[in-house]
Amino acid sequence: MTGHIFRRADGRRVSSPELSSRNNPGKGPRLTRRLFGRALMAVSALAASRSMPLSAALAADPIKIGFGMAQSGPLGGNGKAALLAIEMWRDNINASGGLLGRPVQLIYYDDQTNPALIPGIYSKLFDIDKVDLVLGGYGTAVQAAALPIVMQRKQVLIGTGAVAVNDKYNYNKYFQMLPNGSTARTSTSEGFFQAAMTMEPKPKTAAIVGALTEFSHNVILGARENAEKFGLKIVYDGGYPPNQVEFGSILRSIQAANPEVVFVASYPPDSAGVIRAAYEEKLKTRIFGGAMIGLQYSELKQQLGPMLNDVLCYEFYVPAPTTNFPGIKQFLETYQERAKKAGADLLGFYLPPYAYAGMEILEKAVTATNGLDANAIGRYIHETTFDTVVGKVSFAANGDWAKPRLLYVQYRGIVGNDLDQFKQLDTQIIVEPPEFASGTLHYPFAASSQ
Amino acid sequence: MVTFNLLLNAVVTGILLGGFYAAVTIGITIAFGMLDIVNIAHPVFIVMGSFIAYIVNRTFGVDPILTVVMASPLFFLLGVAIFRFYYAVFESSGKGSLRGLAFFFGILFVIEVTLLLAFGVDYRLVQTSYIGPNVGFEHVDLPLRMVIPFVGSMALVSGLHIFFSHTFVGRAIMAVAQDEFALSLMAVDTVAIKQLAFGIAIATAAIAGGFLIVIQPVDPSLGREYIGRVFAICVLGGMGSVTGTVIAAFLLGVVETITSTLFGPSWAPAVSFAALLLTLAVRPSGIMGR
Repeated sequence: MTGHIFRRADGRRVSSPELSSRNNPGKGPRLTRRLFGRALMAVSALAASRSMPLSAALAADPIKIGFGMAQSGPLGGNGKAALLAIEMWRDNINASGGLLGRPVQLIYYDDQTNPALIPGIYSKLFDIDKVDLVLGGYGTAVQAAALPIVMQRKQVLIGTGAVAVNDKYNYNKYFQMLPNGSTARTSTSEGFFQAAMTMEPKPKTAAIVGALTEFSHNVILGARENAEKFGLKIVYDGGYPPNQVEFGSILRSIQAANPEVVFVASYPPDSAGVIRAAYEEKLKTRIFGGAMIGLQYSELKQQLGPMLNDVLCYEFYVPAPTTNFPGIKQFLETYQERAKKAGADLLGFYLPPYAYAGMEILEKAVTATNGLDANAIGRYIHETTFDTVVGKVSFAANGDWAKPRLLYVQYRGIVGNDLDQFKQLDTQIIVEPPEFASGTLHYPFAASSQ
Repeated sequence: MVTFNLLLNAVVTGILLGGFYAAVTIGITIAFGMLDIVNIAHPVFIVMGSFIAYIVNRTFGVDPILTVVMASPLFFLLGVAIFRFYYAVFESSGKGSLRGLAFFFGILFVIEVTLLLAFGVDYRLVQTSYIGPNVGFEHVDLPLRMVIPFVGSMALVSGLHIFFSHTFVGRAIMAVAQDEFALSLMAVDTVAIKQLAFGIAIATAAIAGGFLIVIQPVDPSLGREYIGRVFAICVLGGMGSVTGTVIAAFLLGVVETITSTLFGPSWAPAVSFAALLLTLAVRPSGIMGR
């Protein structure tokens, strides 16, 4: 597929100029009887023709791409957004003649964010559905469960949104569409601590807290390593169970330890709980935030509103002059339009661009190797730097991104609960990494003054 | 370092949390404790209440707790309808226990999937004036987000306690819980009494749902997180005892927050459930069980 052309929910292809003028109704041709007759003839001719590549592609056996994807459970929101992005890719590829001249069919099941369901889902995909290619679902736990099964079948696995899954296996056909890099355990929190060390005077103490889950556990291990690397003394180090309801007591214990840096690794409901508790307890520290999943979602951004101010959290994408990758604007415009109907995340900054980029990479690898041979596809992906809607992507030996590019973003000037303010350039300031920075860190953390 | 203030705040927060736990459990106390109906779907009715509070709050800006209080009669009717079906299909034929459990599992999934289809999978929160501010006393600082549900919960359980101990119908429900057969010999329509009690249990779920969405974000599958906790509190308190439920809820809340403060939050569930096991070892029928 050349350039970035996206397909709307109604099936229309839209490119960037068309998207920008789509709000001009009445400029298109009027449907007359003559026009209708011509259209009917054209459709008949198209159906009758055996030489048309598009109809030939759609008549061929489909290439089946299978995956489990959370459509419910704690990470269902992300799964739904990722699925929409993958469906956008499928619509585009099928509209442009298919993959290797064959239509693409997606076969997916709701894994309910439950790793226990993964063996059954992937066994069914391979043995019953007879899929040609597989993708990973969203999240570390489900991908960790899927990888051994995919390894047994010697297939390629492109996943989105998992950390350090392949560290133990080093499987050469696993690829991760997450900008955390090949040292994901430490790189996930590295930007946060690097930002903390830009403060003057330099901080000396840190608190680390997170959920007792696969993702948070990995991130906390890395955060401890980073704290040590930057010479920070950890004065509070705690984990909480996934069904924690009350966070005030945790925040008070952290406050009692008086850290200058507070790093949190949390899941969506906990992220909201921790932010609210920090606000209610008037947390006094110099920098507060971390790897808090959920703050990237439209719903939580909108609902938490001004409580987000001064929180420093990772994001995969926010609009900034430094993140204007080719095609990303058009992708998001089409995504946001379709998300309203699909009930998916309305902004789509977090996972959708990466899920779409993963499909672009798979498409290019299949096309370049001219087949579905897993070894050839895997080798090609390892050897190639890809141009995608999230910029240039290349992979390290363990399948993670060769160069980490996790954005640490500080929320600023959030007023009220209007979602559109998050589309502006000045409400989400990238402070790390320096090559993508759109501003500098504001400190101390101002929960007490809000 | 643990200070007196920190400990005091932990105890008070634990009591507030316990108050909320009492509200989410009281319906189980009625259904499971008094009527012997294993309504495993109770938490999903709570989540349903949360979503009604959310949609009304989002659309009209109405207070979530006021919304669920107004919606509770509808939940009562829903509870009555569910009981009538349950009774006709399972209980009247003596197949209540295991098949009834499967029935309520089914209800849990049906409601959960319906919520998923209607509202999607996003986490939902509400906006009210008491989310964010604190009320402070000399050594204690309390988030209003926890205080208001606590007050509401205490009003709910106190009202139910008075209802069960001071009204004819309430005492009839307690009598059904004690000896249904004896009550039927006195020409009392025990099915109607149980139907009423089950309706009340589901109505309390609506109110607890309002408290839940004030305290934390809600998604359709959140109810599952509460299944273990509510049944544990019900058993710990003593089957069918409203007072026992409140004491057990306070106990669990305080143990959770103190453990969280002294030893770290990761120990909280282990210590809480160790306390549960210890109590049941000493008093197998629960704190207020007979």
